[in-house]
Amino acid sequence: MSVIGRRFRTVAVAALAVGVALGGTACSKKNDDEASGEGGQVKLVLQTFQNFGYDQAIKDFEAANPNIKVEHQKMGELRDFQPKLVQWLAAGSGAGDVVGLEEGVLLGYVQNHDKFTNLLDLGAGELKANFPEWKWNNALTPDGKKLIGLGTDVGGLAMCYRKDLFQQAGLPTDREEVSQRMSTWQDYIALGKEFKASGKVKAAWLDSATSLMQPHVMQNSETFFFDKDNKFIGDTNPVVKQTWDMGLQMAADGLTAKAQRWSADWDAAFKNSAFATLPCPAWMTEGVIAQRSGPANAGKWDIARIPGGGGNWGGSYLAVPAQTKHPKEAYLLAKYLTSKEGHLAAFKEAGAMPSDIAGLEDPAFKDKTSEYFSGAPTGKIFGESVKNMKPVFLGAKHQQIWETIVEPQMQAAERGRLSSDAAWKKAMDEAKKAAS
Amino acid sequence: MSSTVGAVPPSAAASPPSSVPQHRRPSYRFGRWDIKYSPYLYIAPFFVLFGVFGLFPVLYTVYVSLFDYELLSGTKEFAGLENYRVLMADAQFWNAAYNTVGIFVLSTVPQLVVALLLANLLNRQMRARTVLRMGILIPNITSVAAVGIIFALIFADRYGLINWLLGTVGFDPIAWRDNRYASWFAISFMVDWRWTGYNALIYLGAMQAIPKDLYESAALDGASAWRQFWTITVPLIRPTILFTVVISTIGGFQIFTEPLMYGFGLVRGGADHQFQTLAMYIYEQTFTGNAEYGYGSAMSWLLFMMIIIFALINFALVRRSVKGEKK
Repeated sequence: MSVIGRRFRTVAVAALAVGVALGGTACSKKNDDEASGEGGQVKLVLQTFQNFGYDQAIKDFEAANPNIKVEHQKMGELRDFQPKLVQWLAAGSGAGDVVGLEEGVLLGYVQNHDKFTNLLDLGAGELKANFPEWKWNNALTPDGKKLIGLGTDVGGLAMCYRKDLFQQAGLPTDREEVSQRMSTWQDYIALGKEFKASGKVKAAWLDSATSLMQPHVMQNSETFFFDKDNKFIGDTNPVVKQTWDMGLQMAADGLTAKAQRWSADWDAAFKNSAFATLPCPAWMTEGVIAQRSGPANAGKWDIARIPGGGGNWGGSYLAVPAQTKHPKEAYLLAKYLTSKEGHLAAFKEAGAMPSDIAGLEDPAFKDKTSEYFSGAPTGKIFGESVKNMKPVFLGAKHQQIWETIVEPQMQAAERGRLSSDAAWKKAMDEAKKAAS
Repeated sequence: MSSTVGAVPPSAAASPPSSVPQHRRPSYRFGRWDIKYSPYLYIAPFFVLFGVFGLFPVLYTVYVSLFDYELLSGTKEFAGLENYRVLMADAQFWNAAYNTVGIFVLSTVPQLVVALLLANLLNRQMRARTVLRMGILIPNITSVAAVGIIFALIFADRYGLINWLLGTVGFDPIAWRDNRYASWFAISFMVDWRWTGYNALIYLGAMQAIPKDLYESAALDGASAWRQFWTITVPLIRPTILFTVVISTIGGFQIFTEPLMYGFGLVRGGADHQFQTLAMYIYEQTFTGNAEYGYGSAMSWLLFMMIIIFALINFALVRRSVKGEKK
């Protein structure tokens, strides 16, 4: 007995000693944090992913608010940042005072909004008129009483096309004429058939059948996979199935390059000029298309209006987690970064398209042209596409269902791994399971 | 309480006031304390760190696995064995288990065999021996993400190097991702590229400990090189082979980054989950969507058990098939 007791005690003493040492360091760290908060200075932590382009905007904000210091933590890709954020929010500590939320992520939090501060309580109501209605409403709870995010960028939609390939196939190359020849999706497909029938080009018309889904569904339906009560309707929403069939019919007609989006093959397809058109959100132009096509293809791309009018694809928000100790200051920062000045600074730095209406009208954005895309007036084209857009209800799990279930199945059908019907059934069964 | 009393050295408790000057007693006592307790203190950091970062998470995983715990919505309700019940009927889980075992077999068997042969070659007298020996470790110290990116390009479906080579000699391209077994092969290739050299080096270390005179006498008896390899080298390094088998089993069952990079960063593992491994499925359930921590924990725990079982099976299999020293 006594031997066991003695041994146990010894181990306990040793454990305690180490524990105290560890605890000591933890405590001293905490003291540091508190100390920095003293003396009237407030330190805010801003967490964003990818590149929000806020370096200059933060400097301007700090200059205007000398009592606030901003630490900008760039958290890498969204897929690295999001799981961490989920954990921090659940644990009640670790999240920044202001966090960047991608649209799809934000929609997930609209349903579980208790982790975020209600920005309406902090006076955000006055900002409503600054944003397009749909951008504002996305961050609003269904009862309209709580706002959890302020809009940063939007992804206005256009149609990027390869002028040189159009010319080889004997199609018009002028962006106004091209826009008119593809004012509806039916026209767009007919033009693609003409392109192929010319027999003078090896390239396909479109990169992948799946590229049609986002723009076409969002133009023709007020809902996508979910109705406004967040019930899964992907299998019964006629527009979703119609677009699925339309895309796969294009693939069957040999109009698509069957490249899996965001894969190495897709990247290589740009360089190899494997397709002639691509529906492109604003953030995709310089960041994705120009980068992947490379300098050798500079000046060969151009930008026309998207068939069927406007559209939006992607975009983000800034939110204030409920765990912040400085909600007022955090709101000030979010408000500044989503103001006209903040938007334009981010546009200048990272090409993020403003969601602020005044920002969209500002010459700094409106008169922007893109050299890589044959001098296309990107500001004008993308700006118009966003203003004319009507709101579409996406639902909390939209992005997950699209990106991880429906798109992969549609690609499998496009490549002939499965029949269209079999892929559709699988996708819908899985989506229903994920939605429940 | 009795143990506390018992812990006081009886001699100290019972001894009469001694004549030793008072000021010497503390240092005497400290010396005894030092001898008695210091060893525990020295090894304590390992146990404390293991407890905090090893044991506690494992036990906590078991605890969490008994809950319906969704991080996104904040639900946390006791569910008993419900997670395990759902898991048993989860086709995607068993699909992932099938992929994991398949990729494991396809990668580990050739890997260890080649490593053994490679080590045998390197165990000879040759030029630039050190350079060659260190060289085989280079794939192992390259970043796994970089390896993943390069191999995803080599095995790309349309513009990949291998399909291009196949095309130049007139073969049809291989659907490296749509075909389940092609994807397993490519992922196994990636794993082997990184780990064969590492295992070869471990085998080589063990081979160098074999006394040279065994080979000399075997050669005098007329044993061929192959015979020497099978009857001297392999039996004598048997403990090392068992070690690598167990380590490879543990690593192989946790495979994550290679198939993830191969699927261009999607945890889905192909349109039909044809190369989604257990670790990927655990990640998918735990960190995406609803962040189902309870369900993910149940899966992690089951994976832990599977690793132990497979490690034991493999250990037994290899111990039987490789004859050791006769005792």
